[in-house]
Amino acid sequence: MKILVCISHVPDTTSKINFTSDNTEFDTNGVQFVINPNDEFGLTRAMWFKEKQSATVDVINVGGPETEPTLRKALAIGADGAIRINTAAKDGYQVAKELSKVVKDGAYDLIIAGRESIDYNGGMVPGMLAAMIGASFVNTCISLEIEGDKATAIREIDGGKETVTASLPLVIGGQKGLVEESDLRIPNMRGIMMARKKTLNVVEPEGDKIETKAVSFEKPAPKGQVKLVSSDNLDELINLLHNEAKVI
Amino acid sequence: MSVLVYVESEEGKFKKTSYEVASYARGVADMMSTTVTAVTIGVDDNSVLANYGVDKVLKISNEKLNTFNAAAYADVIHQAAKKEDSKVVIVSSSANAKYLAPLLAVQLEAGYASNVVALPENASPIKVKRTAFTNKAFNFTEITTAVSLLGISKNAYGLKESSAPATEEAFEPALTDADFSVNVQSVDKAKDKVTIADAEIVVSGGRGLKGPENWGMIEEMADILGAATACSKPVSDMGWRPHGEHVGQTGKPVASNLYIAVGISGAIQHLAGINASKVKVVINSDPEAPFFKAADYGVVGDAFDIVPRLNEKLKEFKANNS
Repeated sequence: MKILVCISHVPDTTSKINFTSDNTEFDTNGVQFVINPNDEFGLTRAMWFKEKQSATVDVINVGGPETEPTLRKALAIGADGAIRINTAAKDGYQVAKELSKVVKDGAYDLIIAGRESIDYNGGMVPGMLAAMIGASFVNTCISLEIEGDKATAIREIDGGKETVTASLPLVIGGQKGLVEESDLRIPNMRGIMMARKKTLNVVEPEGDKIETKAVSFEKPAPKGQVKLVSSDNLDELINLLHNEAKVI
Repeated sequence: MSVLVYVESEEGKFKKTSYEVASYARGVADMMSTTVTAVTIGVDDNSVLANYGVDKVLKISNEKLNTFNAAAYADVIHQAAKKEDSKVVIVSSSANAKYLAPLLAVQLEAGYASNVVALPENASPIKVKRTAFTNKAFNFTEITTAVSLLGISKNAYGLKESSAPATEEAFEPALTDADFSVNVQSVDKAKDKVTIADAEIVVSGGRGLKGPENWGMIEEMADILGAATACSKPVSDMGWRPHGEHVGQTGKPVASNLYIAVGISGAIQHLAGINASKVKVVINSDPEAPFFKAADYGVVGDAFDIVPRLNEKLKEFKANNS
């Protein structure tokens, strides 16, 4: 089984979010970049398929050279090879289109991406990729088993979960639950050394068509002061929620 | 040229968010001086949609579509959009809508903007405000294709009533085998519980509650308020509560009217996930907890003392106000 794990290079979850160039660009100054958390759960599940079912696992990112440390980290965790499509990621359509070419050429059976990246939160790449290559698609996936060319997956739905089956090739929009938080791996020294010897292929992009353009950004209005209510006066809290906030 | 809106239902009934997307579609149609066509699947009585500005309903009744299937639903909405020659297609932000939308976008060759929080700033080209960086920022996105697909954030636009008569037409789209390449085997969903996605009020517990055995008072508060229960990430990681209750950056997003956090310190990742809620209340023994900076109302003190007393008072309040 050939698995491709799509890796987004995103600001660490604790990052302060600021913008530059008249609010048209994300300010990367002082920001730590990491593997998108939703992708990391998928990568860890892919490692399980590698170890238990002899799958080969490649990782891929659409981005400039600055994203290579993130791909190297994925190699250090245990991926066999990495591909970087050498162009800035501009929108979900463009990224999905570039990925679809690699998936077709590489004859991958299973493509695991995160349900969304924690930067743009578009939530469109895995589904668009599936539609472009004519593969089945399971989103918000919290469990995945593969037997031969049959997959059984559990999908998180609003208020519960749903068990589905599909044939490979399959695209997964993954999230926490594919593996547990405690299963995530921190690269060890041996992994880091081995990652240096693994191949990181840089591929030039196929096209540059986009469908959406991020024009500018805006930060939310600063929050007003919290109104503190004494723990001896809970009637006041109820009064405020009822008469001022009008939410109960 | 109608604006097409996919109005979701569950077991033949609409949800509140269904009326919100219909209201939003009306707003877009007014900007473009056109009409609103709603597509519904498996709903017998669609008359209520007229109250939210829908001019025409395309009603789909097909046994094969009784269970949600993203590819099949995307296919039929695509066919409805073609039939109406729609240049703008609108869906919600439910788990199902976010599942089908990228599939639909490819079929429609439409630029897709998700998490949209307001009517377009521009009608041509469509330019919308959406949340990004998990509610830590807004992003203005311009759609460069002839057809636009917009996913509307819950509770951002609200319901706008407007009454005019709506016409109804049965619509029988063609289905293919490829639509059913993913088969639903079973659905496991609590029937009598309010979901985080649908809830007006969410009551959430954190590590400050010390253990899963102490969740009775959280569940009680949720019962009194008709709320959904939720929890912070460490609580779900430790297995005190099911994963489905985890809210925050890597969990479920919350966009309720009221979010009550008990014993949650308010890590940046948690706050990002719940920030779209309108009113936030925090109960925490640590006055330095970051949540107090993000909340509208706060009570400093021991949850084990406060919550049971608050529950009694809420019961009294509910008895006098319903």
